[in-house]
Amino acid sequence: MSSKPSEDQLLIRKIRDGIVIDHIPASKALTVLRLLKITGKEGLRVALVMNVESRKIGVKDIIKIEGRELSRDELSIIALVAPTATINIIRDYRVVSKFKVEVPDSIEGALRCLNTRCITNKPNEPIRTKFVTISRNPLIIKCHYCGTYYTEEDIEKML
Amino acid sequence: MSKWASRDVISMIDFDREELEELFELALRMEKYAHSRLSLLEDKILAVAFFEPSTRTRLSFETAMLRLGGKVIGFSGEEATSIAKGESFADTIRMLDVYADAIVVRHYLEGAAKYAAEIADNPVINAGDGSQNHPTQAMLDLYTIWRELGRVDDITVGVLGDLKYARTIRSLIEGLSKFRVRKIYLISPPALKPRKELLDILERAGIRYEYTERLQDVIQDLDVLYVVRIQRERLPDPVEYERIRGSYRVTIDVLRRAKDSLIVLHPLPRVDELPYEIDQTKHARYFRQAAYGVPVRMALLTLIFDRADKVP
Repeated sequence: MSSKPSEDQLLIRKIRDGIVIDHIPASKALTVLRLLKITGKEGLRVALVMNVESRKIGVKDIIKIEGRELSRDELSIIALVAPTATINIIRDYRVVSKFKVEVPDSIEGALRCLNTRCITNKPNEPIRTKFVTISRNPLIIKCHYCGTYYTEEDIEKML
Repeated sequence: MSKWASRDVISMIDFDREELEELFELALRMEKYAHSRLSLLEDKILAVAFFEPSTRTRLSFETAMLRLGGKVIGFSGEEATSIAKGESFADTIRMLDVYADAIVVRHYLEGAAKYAAEIADNPVINAGDGSQNHPTQAMLDLYTIWRELGRVDDITVGVLGDLKYARTIRSLIEGLSKFRVRKIYLISPPALKPRKELLDILERAGIRYEYTERLQDVIQDLDVLYVVRIQRERLPDPVEYERIRGSYRVTIDVLRRAKDSLIVLHPLPRVDELPYEIDQTKHARYFRQAAYGVPVRMALLTLIFDRADKVP
């Protein structure tokens, strides 16, 4: 113990292989995990920090997931709830790639349609939901099947 | 090969003006066969799958297919089918796809026809899904306007009634957006105002529109008045329904201020929004509109089965 660890190191140590999702708007980290369908039961080592200072966005959340690399497509849906998020792909303690998330043109399977009269809500039907992006700013997505529009505030209810 | 060949008919959005005009021209030629017979589709079977009741749409599809010499199989209502045993919609569609050459689907759930089209190899025709789409109704509505006024361009259209849930309205607006319509008046009680999805169609198409609660304020401008039923179950409060139904009735008195050439359309069935006395006026076209359902659907089936060149 020679030097004093920084505040960040106090909270979470560096990961060897995996991803760091940085610059998540404060308090949205749990929603991001739900969106990625990470519950903890998968056995992945996950670290979560909420409400830490950020030079870029004031206060932010951070998620570190060890032992699993998600594809760019899988990660892009994070932009639905955390448009400021940046992704760092880590291999052997080093950042090998870094990018900002962007809402994809279509979102399949991750969200459910809130229209109870939509075919995707029919029980026992082998159907996967699909939403098409109409606008990114402000966010508007449309159910591919029933045509209902959804905005940013609807996303959490759709998880 | 026509662009119509083997096409799914899910939403009016998928068709352009040129294709609709091709349909109208053929429907006009089909009118003379709507009470006789054309042997165009003798080798074809049409499956008519109605998961929700209907009179006009189902019978006019069946009539159209029979007039063209084709055969019809199908059902109406879920009770008599394996769906009552718990069969999925997907499996029902797969089965019909094996038996028939095209499938007409009506379902109470929105997006059902689109889903069916993703499953079936043969063409799927949407005969109404929930409160979303009813493209073949819109095709015959537009045909009626084209036929009765000689054009769909440069007209002012008023749509009156339940603009929030009526699927015929959405499809009609989508269809009108393909033409150079002068203006659309959206007339409804506040509780049944059009949704953002509908206004978005108008805005994207650059069509001028105006929302109003009062038909009497705009009647003098209209070339077409399209009326839909206000369903009691759509309004949260029965008192509200009783109050509203009176103010959204088309009366002889209101029609006095209309242009001579105004045509009044209605997809039917009507309740009391169009009193029987309107039937006798020069404006009423809704029975003719219903009758056009047969030649329009004959034309549609002929195009989808790519037999338009065989029409004498």
